[in-house]
Amino acid sequence: MKPAPFAYHRPTTLDDAMRLLAELAPQEGRVLAGGQSLAPMMAFRLARPAHLIDINAVAGLDGLAVRDGALRVGACVRHADFHRPVKDGALGVMLATVARHIAHYPIRLRGTFCGSLAHADPAAEWCVVAVTLDAELMAVSVKGERLIAAESFFRGAMETALEPEELLSETRLPVLSGDTRFGFAEFSRRAGDYAQAMALAVLHLDGAVIAAPRIGLGGVEAAPRRIAAAEEILQGEAPAAEVFQAAAGAAAAAIEPLQDPQTDAQYRRELAEAMVYRALMRACAPGGAEA
Amino acid sequence: MSDSVDVTLNVNGRDHLLRLEPRRTLLDAIREECGLTGTHMGCEHGVCGACTVLVNGKPTRACLMFAVQAQGAAIRTIDGLAAGDALHPVQRAFIAHHGVQCGFCTPGFLMLAAGVLEHDPDISDDELLEVLSSNLCRCTGYQNIVAAVRAAIAEWRGGAA
Amino acid sequence: MSAKAKASAGRVFGRSVPRLEDGPLVRGRGRFVGDIAFPHQLHMRVVRSPYAHALLRAVDVSAALAAPGVVSVWTTADIADLPPIDFRDPANEALRPYRQPLLARDKLRYVGEPVAAVFATDPYLAEDAADLVAIEAEELPPVLDAETAPSSFAPGLATEALVLREGYGDVNAAFPSAHAIVALDLDIGRHSGVPLETRGALARYDASRDVLELYGAAKVPHRNRDSLMRMFARTAAGIVLKEGNTGGGFGIRGELYPEDFLVCLAAMRLERPVKWIEDRRENLMAANHSRQQRHHVRAAVDSDGRVLALDDEFYLDQGAYVRTHGARVLEMTISMLPGPYRIPAYRACGHFRLTNKTPAATYRAPGRYEGSFVRERLLDAVADRLGLDRIEIRRRNLITRAEMPFSRPLSALGTEVVYDSGDYALLLDKALARIGWGTLKDELSRRRSTGELVGAGLAIFVDKGGLGPADGTRVSVDTTGAVELVTGGSNVGQGFATVMAQICADTLGVDYRRVRVVYGQTDRIAYGIGAHASRASVMTGGAAHAATLKLRAKALEMAAALLQAAPDELDILDGVVSHRDRPGGPSITLGEVARHLAPDSPTLGDRDPGLDAEGWFRASHMTYPYGVQIAVVRVDGDTGAVTVERYLVAYDIGRAINPMLVEGQLVGGVVQGLGGALYEEFRYDERGEPLAVTFADYLMPTVREIPPIEVLLTEDGPSPLNPLGIKSAGGGGITPVGAVIAAAIDDAIGLPGGVTRLPATPQRVKALLRANRQSRAAE
Repeated sequence: MKPAPFAYHRPTTLDDAMRLLAELAPQEGRVLAGGQSLAPMMAFRLARPAHLIDINAVAGLDGLAVRDGALRVGACVRHADFHRPVKDGALGVMLATVARHIAHYPIRLRGTFCGSLAHADPAAEWCVVAVTLDAELMAVSVKGERLIAAESFFRGAMETALEPEELLSETRLPVLSGDTRFGFAEFSRRAGDYAQAMALAVLHLDGAVIAAPRIGLGGVEAAPRRIAAAEEILQGEAPAAEVFQAAAGAAAAAIEPLQDPQTDAQYRRELAEAMVYRALMRACAPGGAEA
Repeated sequence: MSDSVDVTLNVNGRDHLLRLEPRRTLLDAIREECGLTGTHMGCEHGVCGACTVLVNGKPTRACLMFAVQAQGAAIRTIDGLAAGDALHPVQRAFIAHHGVQCGFCTPGFLMLAAGVLEHDPDISDDELLEVLSSNLCRCTGYQNIVAAVRAAIAEWRGGAA
Repeated sequence: MSAKAKASAGRVFGRSVPRLEDGPLVRGRGRFVGDIAFPHQLHMRVVRSPYAHALLRAVDVSAALAAPGVVSVWTTADIADLPPIDFRDPANEALRPYRQPLLARDKLRYVGEPVAAVFATDPYLAEDAADLVAIEAEELPPVLDAETAPSSFAPGLATEALVLREGYGDVNAAFPSAHAIVALDLDIGRHSGVPLETRGALARYDASRDVLELYGAAKVPHRNRDSLMRMFARTAAGIVLKEGNTGGGFGIRGELYPEDFLVCLAAMRLERPVKWIEDRRENLMAANHSRQQRHHVRAAVDSDGRVLALDDEFYLDQGAYVRTHGARVLEMTISMLPGPYRIPAYRACGHFRLTNKTPAATYRAPGRYEGSFVRERLLDAVADRLGLDRIEIRRRNLITRAEMPFSRPLSALGTEVVYDSGDYALLLDKALARIGWGTLKDELSRRRSTGELVGAGLAIFVDKGGLGPADGTRVSVDTTGAVELVTGGSNVGQGFATVMAQICADTLGVDYRRVRVVYGQTDRIAYGIGAHASRASVMTGGAAHAATLKLRAKALEMAAALLQAAPDELDILDGVVSHRDRPGGPSITLGEVARHLAPDSPTLGDRDPGLDAEGWFRASHMTYPYGVQIAVVRVDGDTGAVTVERYLVAYDIGRAINPMLVEGQLVGGVVQGLGGALYEEFRYDERGEPLAVTFADYLMPTVREIPPIEVLLTEDGPSPLNPLGIKSAGGGGITPVGAVIAAAIDDAIGLPGGVTRLPATPQRVKALLRANRQSRAAE
């Protein structure tokens, strides 16, 4: 399982990286960041890029800071950078919670947040986080830059809105207000495996009722998304098991389930329902955010 | 094949001047070009962890890195874990707790454990189990491996001033 | 006495001394076949069939031959003179036409079948070239179910290669008069050993001595040497197999595969060393599979739940060819299925069926994992049908200690099944006491009342080991007093060298760390049995014991003459011979004794020179260790996921040479068993494409999936068949795990007989829950 031959490039500036990408993307050139997803595909020769543009030496891509109300995650920020909450408040705790579900420790030390989004595996945790929070993704190239809304970024399994010569240089996650509650639930065969279903619930409690609910589902369809049908049921209701159940049921019914030998359509829906329910229970548990 | 490039790999404190194709994995470069066969190849797709080495102190799957990427990094492998005749605490613990059967997964587990020990000795037991779940073993059923690493951590903490 | 003093005193038998193997292994100084390199070696890369079933029309190697670094590319035409791979032991003649050719001839029969071999200067280049080999084939519909009516394998040959019928007693009379008949359809999923080191081989031909050397041999070096002799028409001295470190065997490694023969042939024909290291994808689709069987089993029982007769018809999915084991797994399934129960009448009919999947063979406790699942599920079903307790049912059927040795009119591995010793009821009591069965049941009951889906399962089994007929070893002491024990054994990670050293050291009176154990080198000893079927401890250990006794006698005789005493007045402690009653008196080291026994020694006299001896151990019957296992599980009602909370493995080993190593084997076996019960499966799509060819799809347990595993090791049933009383441990952990987990899941979800198929994946368990809920709602 040795990779096919490729030429290797290691730019040190973003300009060089974009220039190389513009020149080489049409010749089967790809970006190498963490490599934890790309390298295995190359080992199986499912991916045979003729050029690899290693961005690990590019200056300025490891930024992880809040500016203008958004947490900006640079292209080379690793999953492990989120292990300890990167900021106080719900967002930091949420990211730390989710990070623990990603693969395993050594993979988290190298794999990148943005790389995961660009790879767009339906069962990748950051993808469902991005769509649920309405993140903004900055795509840069020699032609300039554009900000893509998460909701239009994921086109299908392993398919994004990125053009071949574009690099995802930064993801912007909105900082969540102090009273934001969240719950995350994932089901996989073993700890660290790709999720067969995962749900992220984010909401506020306005007095005694749910406000601004967001329900994101990942791992159950070709691309992660928010489920409006579930959110509508929750809006304005007092948190209660029956309400969560109804929302979960609506989410399960709303999806076009991915099927594989381990997971037929009916089972996928059952998993989706269970994860939405659990995410909501955790979001509304006394004490706020999910631990 | 593609053109070869010059790469200097610093492994266990020693520089190896190599000339190899960019697609050569760090794992193959360590084993073949550097001749250090202690690091093992179990799956070549980043799941089993038998190839775990420390790159700048961090447990890394050598099969998921290309040798050219490791230029300038300090790489430590099992071959350099002991200090001469003096075994590292994790090595001693594996022997004492019968954490070794066939020995194929052992270097990967030892480097993973050593990396954690040296970087995060106050790791909680829960997190330790999570870290150890990164690697596969087919012989031992893990119980003794966990016991060995726990013992090594306890000894490390006990000895730290 | 301190541990060190005790070790020095040579009394290490039965003690958990640290392993001799560990020093190099923890330093990464092991020598696995991938670690060996010879100058000018070539690397072999196998081109494999992408089709499950097809007529092979042509193989175009021209582009591959022209690729950089390529020295040669072979297809079947290049090795036309070589026969298919033969069986290791004499097998049923009917199976011969189903043997595998080294490279596919006119048909492709499984995805992964070797079609061509590329030899290049570098493994990367070899893989590049392999990609350029073009296979032209006409696809045929694949056979993917062993139970569908047999079709044609080849002109005149059906895909049902063999039907084996065995039994005893009057089964037909028992059923009509039975109080109840319980029938089950059961499936064990396709899975296998999957060692962490993939297969590999390195062959080198030394023309100066006309010796072909093969590195990477494991498990049965001498038998493999014999097979290679026949295949290549060479003498025993002309082929040498050399075993280094082995990354796990489990029955999968060490059978001769096409690649092993190709590597040897290439080394001779291309006149360069040839190395082959399989990658993981290849391993999952080309190394032996195992376990897949479907059983239709019935029991006739009386009103007390005693089994009057057991009737089993089953289908073994052998895959595309019959490999070196012939129909051994079929035979083992049949002979060991009755297990620890009396079963006065028994009939088994095993269908050995070929399909278009990777060929199957033996995997740890072959036939017994499957048979235990069937037998224990059946006992549970009997209990449920009659409204009796599942443990009580077992008590009523267990063979008692008074009935030992217990003879079953069946044969296993060519020997009659005779359980040598055992007190099954006693071990059952001990296991129940250890886990606190009564308290456990109450606790589970309490938890269930709060809505948790928790339950416990139990299974009892008998394993077999110590397969003879004979093994021999040679032991010698050099002038420094160092001991060398030469065996024909094999070390696949189980601590073989340590165990042999313990036996030798204890028998002689030296520190076990001064004993060097040689194994896996066919040029060091003429005969060897390797390590398989859990026989090394018994057979090689027995031979080591016998050889060392002779050596000890020789040493004492010489020492007696030198110390002017009678041999029976002397003892050996830590390599020093002295008077038993005068420890501070005159003494002589074993090294000095060896010097006196040198051929040119003035004190030699008429004696045979050399402080060495050879010893043999013979066994006409196998030993039968036994065990009881209990598991506690929790089922997630929403997802069907099963969490194993607690596990007890109780096992009677006869006598343990090194309890720590035995426990290690048991725990490792349990975790492999859990893999087969819950996670591992080789699945195929409708075209015969294998779906589990990466570690992301073939799921093996990690640290997070395992429960705390408690081991209760007993020595209540030492074997009367060897002087050390030992049995074996290889299959003691894994054998009943499928059955135990299934029973525990049933208990947890309140659905007796629910689990009839392994692995019990979350999707399958969820389906059971769903069906259970629906049927309850309908009531």
